[in-house]
This record gives sequence, C-alpha cells and structure tokens, in this order.
Amino acid sequence: MTLLILCDHDRGTLAEASLEALTFGRDLAQRAGLTCEAVLIGDGAESAAGPLAAHGAVRVHLASHAQLTDYGPEAWGETLTQLARSTGATAVMACGTDRGNEVIAHVAARLDEPFVANCIEVTPGDTWTTTRVQWGGSLLEDATLDAGQRLVTVAHHAVEATPADTPADCSLVQFTPDLGEEATRTVVRDRVVLTQGITLATAPVVVGGGRGVGSEDGFAPLEDLAGALGGVVGCSRAVTNNGWRPHSDQVGQTGTRIAPEIYIAAGISGAIQHWVGAMAAKNILAVNTDAEANMVTKAGYAVIGDLHKVIPAITEEVARRKG
Amino acid sequence: MSEFPNRANVVVIGAGIVGSCLVGHLARLGWTDIILLDKGPLPNPGGSTGHASNFIFPVDHNKEMALLGEQSANQFRDMDLSVDCGGIEVARTEERMEELRRRMTSAKAWGIEAHLLSPREVRELVPFVNDDVILGGFYCPTVSVVDSLETGTTMRKEAIDTAGCQVYANTEVLDIETVEGDGGVTTVSAVVTDKGTISTDYVVVACGVWSNRIANMAGATIPLVPTVHQMADVGPIDILAETNNEIGYPIVRDMDSFCYERQSAGSMEVGSYGHRAILHHPDEIPSNEEAALSPTEMPFTPDDFDEQMEQAIELMDMLGEAEIRYAINGLLSLTPDGMPCLGETTEVRNLWSAAAVWVKEGPGMAQVVAEWMTYGYPRVIDAHGADISRFYEGERSDEHIWSRADESFIKTYGIVHPQEQWGGRRNIDVGPYFSRQQDLDAMFFQARTWERPQWFGSNADLVERYGIEERPVEWDNRWWSPITVGEHLNLRENCGLVDLSAFQVYELDGPGAVAFADQLAVNKIDVAVGRSIYTPWLTPDGGFHSDLTMMRMGEDRVRIVTGVFDGGRDEFWVRKHMPTDGSVTFHNITRQVTTLGLWGPNAPAVLGQLTDHDLSQNGSSYGSIVPIQLACGGRMVDASLFRISYVGDTGWEIYVDWDNGPALWDALMGAGADLGIRPTGGGVYGSSGRLEKGYRLMGAELESEYNPLEAGLARPKVKAADFIGREAYLAARENGDPEVLMTVLTVEDQTDSHGRRRFMQGGNEPILLPDGGRIVDSHGRASRVTSAGFGPSVGKHLLMAYLPRELAIPGTDLQVMYMNDLYPVAVASTGAVFDADDTRMKS
Amino acid sequence: MRILVCIKRVPAPGSRINVCDDGQAVDTAHLGFTTSPHEECAVEEAVQIAEEHDGEVTVLTLGPAEAEEQLRYAASVGAHKLVLIPIVDVDWDPQRTASALTTAISDLESSEGPFDLILFGNESADAGGFQVGIRVANALGRPVVNGIKGIDLADGTASARREIDGGFEVYEVPMPAVLGVKEGINLPRYPTMKGRLASKKAEVSSTTLEAPTGGQTRVRLHRPVEQVSETVILGTGPEAAPAVVDLLEELGVLS
Repeated sequence: MTLLILCDHDRGTLAEASLEALTFGRDLAQRAGLTCEAVLIGDGAESAAGPLAAHGAVRVHLASHAQLTDYGPEAWGETLTQLARSTGATAVMACGTDRGNEVIAHVAARLDEPFVANCIEVTPGDTWTTTRVQWGGSLLEDATLDAGQRLVTVAHHAVEATPADTPADCSLVQFTPDLGEEATRTVVRDRVVLTQGITLATAPVVVGGGRGVGSEDGFAPLEDLAGALGGVVGCSRAVTNNGWRPHSDQVGQTGTRIAPEIYIAAGISGAIQHWVGAMAAKNILAVNTDAEANMVTKAGYAVIGDLHKVIPAITEEVARRKG
Repeated sequence: MSEFPNRANVVVIGAGIVGSCLVGHLARLGWTDIILLDKGPLPNPGGSTGHASNFIFPVDHNKEMALLGEQSANQFRDMDLSVDCGGIEVARTEERMEELRRRMTSAKAWGIEAHLLSPREVRELVPFVNDDVILGGFYCPTVSVVDSLETGTTMRKEAIDTAGCQVYANTEVLDIETVEGDGGVTTVSAVVTDKGTISTDYVVVACGVWSNRIANMAGATIPLVPTVHQMADVGPIDILAETNNEIGYPIVRDMDSFCYERQSAGSMEVGSYGHRAILHHPDEIPSNEEAALSPTEMPFTPDDFDEQMEQAIELMDMLGEAEIRYAINGLLSLTPDGMPCLGETTEVRNLWSAAAVWVKEGPGMAQVVAEWMTYGYPRVIDAHGADISRFYEGERSDEHIWSRADESFIKTYGIVHPQEQWGGRRNIDVGPYFSRQQDLDAMFFQARTWERPQWFGSNADLVERYGIEERPVEWDNRWWSPITVGEHLNLRENCGLVDLSAFQVYELDGPGAVAFADQLAVNKIDVAVGRSIYTPWLTPDGGFHSDLTMMRMGEDRVRIVTGVFDGGRDEFWVRKHMPTDGSVTFHNITRQVTTLGLWGPNAPAVLGQLTDHDLSQNGSSYGSIVPIQLACGGRMVDASLFRISYVGDTGWEIYVDWDNGPALWDALMGAGADLGIRPTGGGVYGSSGRLEKGYRLMGAELESEYNPLEAGLARPKVKAADFIGREAYLAARENGDPEVLMTVLTVEDQTDSHGRRRFMQGGNEPILLPDGGRIVDSHGRASRVTSAGFGPSVGKHLLMAYLPRELAIPGTDLQVMYMNDLYPVAVASTGAVFDADDTRMKS
Repeated sequence: MRILVCIKRVPAPGSRINVCDDGQAVDTAHLGFTTSPHEECAVEEAVQIAEEHDGEVTVLTLGPAEAEEQLRYAASVGAHKLVLIPIVDVDWDPQRTASALTTAISDLESSEGPFDLILFGNESADAGGFQVGIRVANALGRPVVNGIKGIDLADGTASARREIDGGFEVYEVPMPAVLGVKEGINLPRYPTMKGRLASKKAEVSSTTLEAPTGGQTRVRLHRPVEQVSETVILGTGPEAAPAVVDLLEELGVLS
C-alpha cells in the first residue's frame, strides 16, 4: 500500500516544489494508511535524496538508466509507470509544476487512469475526493477520483514545505526501468541561454511608464530598474502620443500584449486599452500617487507614491541586495 | 483616508463625465458640502465615459442638442482638453446628400462653419477615402476630439480645490432613503453605501446606464435603457501613425452605413450604429470585478458588425488589411425620445437626474443641471426637451423604453423627418372618439403617448373640391397630406370638428386654490367665476415655463388646460410649488373630461341644433365658460361651452364628461351634416389655422429663453398679486421695448434652385439678412423658424420667427434658408396675417 | 507540411468568476468567449510554420456548437480547415476528451493523410487538466513535449525549446510529433478585417463522436473563500522599496 511521490531535480539539485509534494503526501499517506515513498529519476538523482527522509519519505526509489541523461517527459513518465506497476502503488503524485504535471499525465496515459491536477485537498476513501485549482486559483473544483491507481498533483504553493516531526527511517532502493528508443526520444538534448535581446512580449519583467512619468527624460529611472531586473521598459498610449517613447514600446490593445512574471506600472492610470495589453501579466505592481486609480485597484500590489521617488528607491534596494 | 462622511448638502452619484462636471459646476455656483461617489475606480469608473469615442460633431437639427454640444465643446476647449480635428459626414445616396444640405442649413442656423464638399474635395482632406463610393461630404472644421476622462479629473479637482468636494471612488450605493416631507411629499434623505450612510439634502443620479436602477432605489424612474454601440479599433496603419498625434485626419462619418471612422493615434476606430438594436437591462451589466474589460465594454458580438466592416473597407480600402485589435459592445444610454433626462425626478423631491447624456454634451448638460438646482431653472439654454418631467407614466415602463430604443437605435445616423412618427407603442392613450376616427380613415400622429388625428382620409374629396396639389418634393410631402388644406378651407367656409381629448386637464381645489393659481400665472386668476384666462407661467428668471389656459370654475376651483406635449412638465411644476398646508388639492381630470372644438362660420348654426341657449356673443361671449345642456342622441348632456378659438374662426371648445364624448361627436356630426361639417385634424388646429392667426405654441415660439414682451404676450398692466418670475418680468418691462419680437413671415417665392416649389418644415431654418448674414441678438439668440406651414386662406407659406425689433416691421425683406437654398421672405405681422382684427372670431 | 491544432472555447471572465447555481459551470451570462490563450498561440505558431513550409493548418475543437466562433477566429488568422466535435454536456473530463480527439484525429488522418505536427495548448484556461495532449499523443504513439516556447523544424525533426530558470531546454523530437505550447512562444496576430470577413465563408466540418467517461468527475465549482482580489498596498513612497524587493525575490525575478 504505497504512495509514490515523484521528486523533481535538475541534474542533482532537488526542486523545492518536491518538498511541498512530500509534505502534502506524507499527510495524505497517513490518512490513507499508505507508506510514503519518494521517486528520483536519472543521472545525479542520488545527490538530491538528502532532504527527502527529513520530509517524511520512508523509501526513496532511485531510477537510473543509460538513456536517462537528463529530464525527459516520456522517459520519466515511462519509468514512473513501471515503478507504479511494480510496486502496485495505490497512488502516485507529484507537485503541480510544469514537469510534475507533465510526468503524471504520461503515467496517466500509460495506465489509462484518471489524473487530477493541481489539488489543494485530497481526501482518501473508496472514491477519493479532491479539491483542485481552476482558472489560476480564481475558482476551485471539487472532483471525485475513481481509479485503480490514483494520480494527483498538488498545486504549487498549496502547502509550505516543512520537515516531518520525526525524520523517517529511510532506505534507498535502486530501480532500473526498461526503456526503449521511444521513451527516450524526448530527453533534453541541449540547454541554451537565450542570446537574442529580450522583447516586450517575452520579458520576465516589464517596467511601464504612463502620463505620470512626465517627459522623455523621465524614463531614465525606469530604464535603470528594468536593467537591474533583466527586464524592459514599456509605456502607455498617452506616452507614445506625446512622443516620449516609440510606438514599439506601447503596451495595450494597439501595442503589445505582455505576459511577464511581474509588470511594474508606474504613473499609469490604467485605461482599459492599456489594461487589455497588461492583464496577462502574472503579477502587477502599480506605483501611483492616486490610491483610487484604476491600475491600483486592478493590480495585485501597489505602492502609493510619486514614481520619481519610488522607482529609484527600488532600483537602489535591488542593487543593495544583489551586493 | 479621512473618516467616511455622514452628512452632505448634496451627494452626486456617478463620477463619469456628467457627475464630474456637475460637481465642478456646482462648486462654481457656490455649493459646498458636496460628495461625489462612484462604485468604480478613477479616473475611469467603468461607465460609458471610459469607452466613449470622445468626438463632437456640433451640428444638430435639434436646438438643445446643438447649442449644448457647442457649449460643451467650448468648455472642453477652455480646459485645453480638446483638439479641433474637423469632421466630414459623407453621403453615398442622393437622399443623404439632401440631408447634408439640411445639415448645412442647421449649421447656418447655429453659426457653425460648414462646407459641402465634392468627393474629390473629401479625398483631399482624407486621402484614404475611396471617392468613388461617395457623392459628397459635409465638412465641419470645428468637429473636435476631447479627453473626457481628463476633463472629469480636472473638474473634480476644481470642485475639491474650490469647494472642498469629497470624492469617494470604489464606493457602491446600496440604497437611497427617503422621508415623508412637508405635505406628505416623498423627499430624499440619505444615501446608503458600502462604506456608510450619508444624510443629505440633495442627491443627483449621474449614473449613466445604471441611472434607472439607482433612481428606483428611491422609488423614482429615469427612463433610459443601456444600449450597445459596437466599436472596433483596427490597426496599426502607417498613414495614421505618421501623424504622430492622437488625431491628424478629420473624422469621417459614413452616414449611409451608419458608421464612423475616427483616427486614434496609429489605428482607426470604427464605430457602428448600423447593427440591430442590442438592449440590456441594468442588472445584466457585470460589476467591475466580473467584467472582462469594463462593465460597459461588453463582449463583442462580431456577427453584428460584419456588414459595417464590409462597408468600411469599401470606403477605406486600407482598413481591409488592418488588424482588429480591440472590439467591444460598448453600452450607452437611450431614452424613449432620444433626449436626455435632466432635472428633478417627479417622484422624489430633491432627487435629481443628470442622465442619458453623452460625452459630447456632458459639460453643458452638467451646467444645465447645476443651474437648475441653484436658480430653480436652467439659464444657459431652454432645456424643456431634456426635462425628465416631460415623460408620462406610460413612457416610463421598460416595455415602452425598450420599444422606443429598439426602433430609434438605427436612427442615430438616420435621416429623420421632423414629423416622423413611431411605428411601435401606438394607441397607448386614445380619445373616446378613436373608433369613429378610425372609421373615418384618420391619420394619427402621436403626441407623447396620445393619438391625435392629423387629417382624415374620409375628407379626400376636399382635395378635388378646392383644387389642392401635392407638393412636388417627396420630403415636403412626407407626413403631410393635401387633405389638411382641404380641411382648413372647409373650416373657413363651413365648419370643422376637432378632437381635443389630448388636452391635459387639471383642477386645483380648496380655499387656497385661487391664490395658488395666481402664484403660478402672470395674468390674474382671481376673476369672476366662469371666466377663462389665457396666461404664461414664468420661470424665476421671467422666461416661459408654460403658456396655457386657466378657468375659474368656482369660488375655490381653478381648471388648468394645457397641451399634451407639456402636461408632464406642467403637472410637476404645480405639484412642486403647491402649498403643503393642505389648502389646495390637485386633481388630474384628463381622463374624466373630453373636449371637442367646433369652429367655422357655421359653428353656431350647428351647435344651435343641440340647444336653445343664446349662442351669440351676448349669451356666450368670447372667453367665457357657460354651463349648458346639449341634446345628444335623445338625451341631455352636461357641457361647458368655452368660447375661444385657436384657428381663427368662431366657435367653442366644448367640455363634456369623457363617457359622453361619443354622443356629443355623433350629435354634432349629425347636426352639421347639411352645414358642411367635417372632422378636422391637427394639421389645421395645430398648424395652418394657428399660423394664420400667429398664435404662439409652447415649446416652439415660447421657451424659457424668451419673455412675454418678446413673445408679444405682455398685457398692458401687471397684476398686483405676486407670481413666479414677477420680479424678472417687471425688470424686463422696465427695460423698455424688447430687443426681439415674434413675427409671422411670408415666403415670397418658394421656388428652389431646381425650379421646384418647396415648403419649409419649421425645423430651425435660419432667417437671414438680404446679404445672407445671420441675425443674432445681443444674447446670442439667432433668428430661426420656430414654426412653419402653408396658410391656405392667405395663399402663402408662413413662418414664425423672433426678429430684432428694427427688422420686425411688416414689409421688411429677408431670406430663409431651407435645404441649403435661399428664399425671399417678408415680415408680415407681429400678430395675425388672417383676419387681423378677429372679426370672424368675435362677432 | 500538415499541422493540426486542437483548441478549446473558454469564457473570457473578469477578476471575479461566478459559478452557476448548480455548481457545474462558470456563469457566462455576462461573458464573451475566446480561445484558450496557449492555444491561440498554438494556432499562430501553426500558421507561421505553414507560411514558412508551405503547409496546411487544420483546427479541431471539441465543444458546444458555439465553438464554431473560435474555429472561425482561427480561420480569420490563417487556419485552413476547421473541424468541430459538438458536445452538449458542460465539459467532458480529460480522458473522455482525449479519447474523442484521438478518434477524430485518426479519422482525419485516414481520410486526408497524416499530420506532421499536432499542437495543443499546455493546459486549458478553465479546467487546467494538463493532460489531454499527452493522452492523445500516447494513444497515437507519437512523441510529445509540453511547455514549448519555441519550435524550429528541419529534416523531419522538431527542435522545441522549453523555458527553465536562466534559459531553455532543447528537445529534438522526431516528427510526426505532438507539442504542447505555452503563451509567449509568439505574439498571436489579430485578424484583419478581410480575414474576419473571409472566415465567415469558411467551411466547418462537424463530426459527432461519443467516448466513455473517465474517472474524474466534477462535483461542483466554487469560489475560494478568501478572494485575493484586494490590492496589497506594499507601502507609501520610497520607504516601500524593501517590501517591493521582497516581492521581486519571492517571484524569482531578482536573478
């Protein structure tokens, strides 16, 4: 009666998210009367095993194979499938990261079992019941899981990774999957650092300026902050209309639609036309003197104040922390 | 943030263009303790202002809309938040070209520069227009684009800085509380919000598409419906981006595809009024949080837009390759009659409406409301067409509002005839003779909700009898019939029976009735029982609020008879000013009495068959009301004979109980059968008969911008009793001769530049000097046609217009513009052009 | 080059999403619909590849009859063929969806020839099951990688890039292949007015399919008790800088 928990690592470096999965999984295992066992796959996996016992894994399966040189969704999926079959696991889970969801989906396809992604609650029973995240967290779905082997991922950040009260007495078990050419055709072949310039459309950070910036020169501090964060500068339509920035910098319906990790909107009131271009940002930080400005209301985070003072202060603080 | 306030003098709900400008104007007029609320954030709270296309085409046939548009455009200019980009309305059809000529005429009337352009000239101004698909254009260089959100911010700031106005965004109104005030009048008392309750003396609803819902919280209605106007922003387009500004090319209104193309920096905004009417209940509008864009930017329904898109590409080929980057079903407000809803609500005292106002007239309308609240009446312009009290009960239901909006949406860019009638929601209010009139093939015109025969098809034989011709141009013929001339001539020769059931009839009762009536009226009401008084009601500033007949029916009873177009406004005016001590009670008896007009040389002979009463001026003198019994179908019917005439021939308004109306109709028609009686329509009563006598009509000649001296309705003496507007009226009299006078003019040659005989409609056509110059008085009031119609008995087309006194002299030669052609006119009179000494009426 | 893109019609909500009273679906009374964003990018990627390699793009969706709107939108930005699998239920579970898509794709391939590339979105905007593309690929016996933000085709191989911290992983996937793409791979073009008008005339072939339900069953949708829609004020003026940088650290953008 096993709960297998896939622990992700990148060439031996354990992903933090894996500990979230373990934290969630050991509690689930306890409630379901299962043993909590971790799975590490591929070259370098052993060096990632360290913290797993402390987080409640009573066994760590180390899967290795000559073709498992790096991450490969099909190879990992096939490996985990074989392990699930051979252990007769009651359930298999992972953290709902890109990799976790991908590998469990492969297991699900191979076992022809249902897979419930991004759960925040799982209640075992004859039929498991789950609560999972939809719409990026705006909605929750209660769903039942009726399966021979139960496959779930736990939503990233749903739990905080915490060590178990008492570390498990943990053993390492080697596992060698039987992998054909088909399973290894999608193993990572190379890693590249993107050399081309970051664009507004792809930048992880965009620092946007609006009417409140006041002038062409007023964008210099925004450039500094964007530079410090490896991002780029964008602007609202009022800015391009005033000729302070080229149209190619414009975020909005008639400019570029951006989707950065964070959009820092400085001195932008937040006209709908601008919002349409910015709303796909994962996070928005508004810097505005007016606490009731549209952008402030719609943003997840805000600093109330004059951007001419706030932005340089942020740049300074970034530099200080980077040392 | 300071603690949420619990007390205000005035709470304005809605921080769009209207509410924001309103607090600014209230501050300018000295108001303090103003609170402005909006449930959304600022500067764009999510209403219609936030997605407005923000342009102003100043030329409108309607005077209120044109002048307030111009007034608003100037306020935007004063704030430096406006660019004069110019605008061109292009025509694809000859019918539209004619409409553009009509627009040239209105431009002249309001003094707005405009030019008719050839297709090539249009292309010179807008090089990407395909001049092959158009016949011409109407170019107005002062068409402007404004920044409505920044204007709101500026006006709010002014109110905050000068009057300490407090602005609370993200504050939702949950309820509006009322109390029973003096005399049991429901009066606003507080606004309940999600942040707290504010007790207040005044509340203004400036909530755009949500206005009716908010007013309903207090038990009031603001009849409007949120309606979709589709817009798509397409681009980028190089030629537009190259102007390096918000707008560098004139806006093009492609009138025949009900579309506009307005540059918006590097892209083109294509807006449509050509799709099906898409109406929403306010409850269907999502909240700021629920909306994908803003609440009033609803999901685009592309199928509705495709036809306009094809036509847009036809006009501007470059649009075909432009990308549709942003498209919405934007919401705006439509009312049952296309005019805004301004003024105090009729249901709740001190609850005001500033709604159904678009950006283009926002600042001006806000000024109107602020002045109204301050002075008891707007000063910047006569706003009777926007007065919310104009609506009758039957016009305030969703059924009515939706039907009208459904029908009128397509008319936004349509060619609308001044007399155009509605197709739906007819026969809401009909007189007791309706079925008889239907049998007589009556053509009904609807006055607000009331059906009135305009002419009777059964009188078609009169056309031949009097040899009357059709008018040569279809537009002049539209909503007109030569029968109406036949009915006129028959009335002058024999007699006519006119249905006046749509008169709005009220009675004031009680010990204070006569004194109160005197308070309302310029002329003395405290006269002998049985006398009638034709009198203006003035505004506090001495202009016309109304013009009607009052009758001393008894010691403590006064009857008020007013026209159907003004009934709502007049009833509200009475209720608002009525003493609250119980000394006067008000009764609307419109549906209890019915009135028939019997006029013409044979009228006494006809009526004489129903009574033995002395019907001479001895027994029924002009202006008197005589109770009498009339023999109708073998029984006696109580009636009041009111000897008066609005058509210029002798006769009576005969008042009987509503239920006795049909019997009276039958009796009079029977009695008149051998005396040439004919049912006679509004074409005679309201137009040709009236015009020949030079009688003024409220809402046409009579407006709050003019006083009784100018209208020629001042009496030699002013009564001693106080009345509303007395002080201003006395001051005007002391100023000596009025600057302008109301006149009747005759068109001396009706032939247009194509050799056709034309008939002006009375739609504000400008009266011009012989050199073509406009005639404008020191108050900026332009001379324009207030009423027009053919005078069959004088054989001339007649126009009414105010003229400066030095021109208001019979024989003065002037011109009138109609459809962009000029016609010679001559001043005929400041009174009647037919039977000037009233011999026919009074002998 | 024959490319297939599988898309899903989803509502386009605001920050607050309402649920129908029965808890079975999002209340779409006020809402418009769109193509799930990853899939919108997949369509764009397919069109770009087709433009470069003289290819043909087929777009397939399983959804209500109204999903024709999203198919036509795809046509308006350059897709060539449109296929709808109409369903009447609110939402099919992932196994059932994958099964029906697999059947539909097999049918399309047997009648019109195999697809060199099949693109899915990484996950749908609404249900977010993270699995349909992988299930279909497995059923078809084709290689599949999710999370793709860059595709280059050469010599029968799709070189696909997937974003990781500080760079990209590169996969060399032999075609025919299946890829799940992520928003950011490209900037989807907007339809031109002519494109929109032309798409009205595009033919949509409809094929009714049934498939067995899977083991994941919706009980109800609901909104989280604590909505995080309120703006977090990090501070006032320059003093807020440390709190801002804490946030940047937490988001992992302070590399």
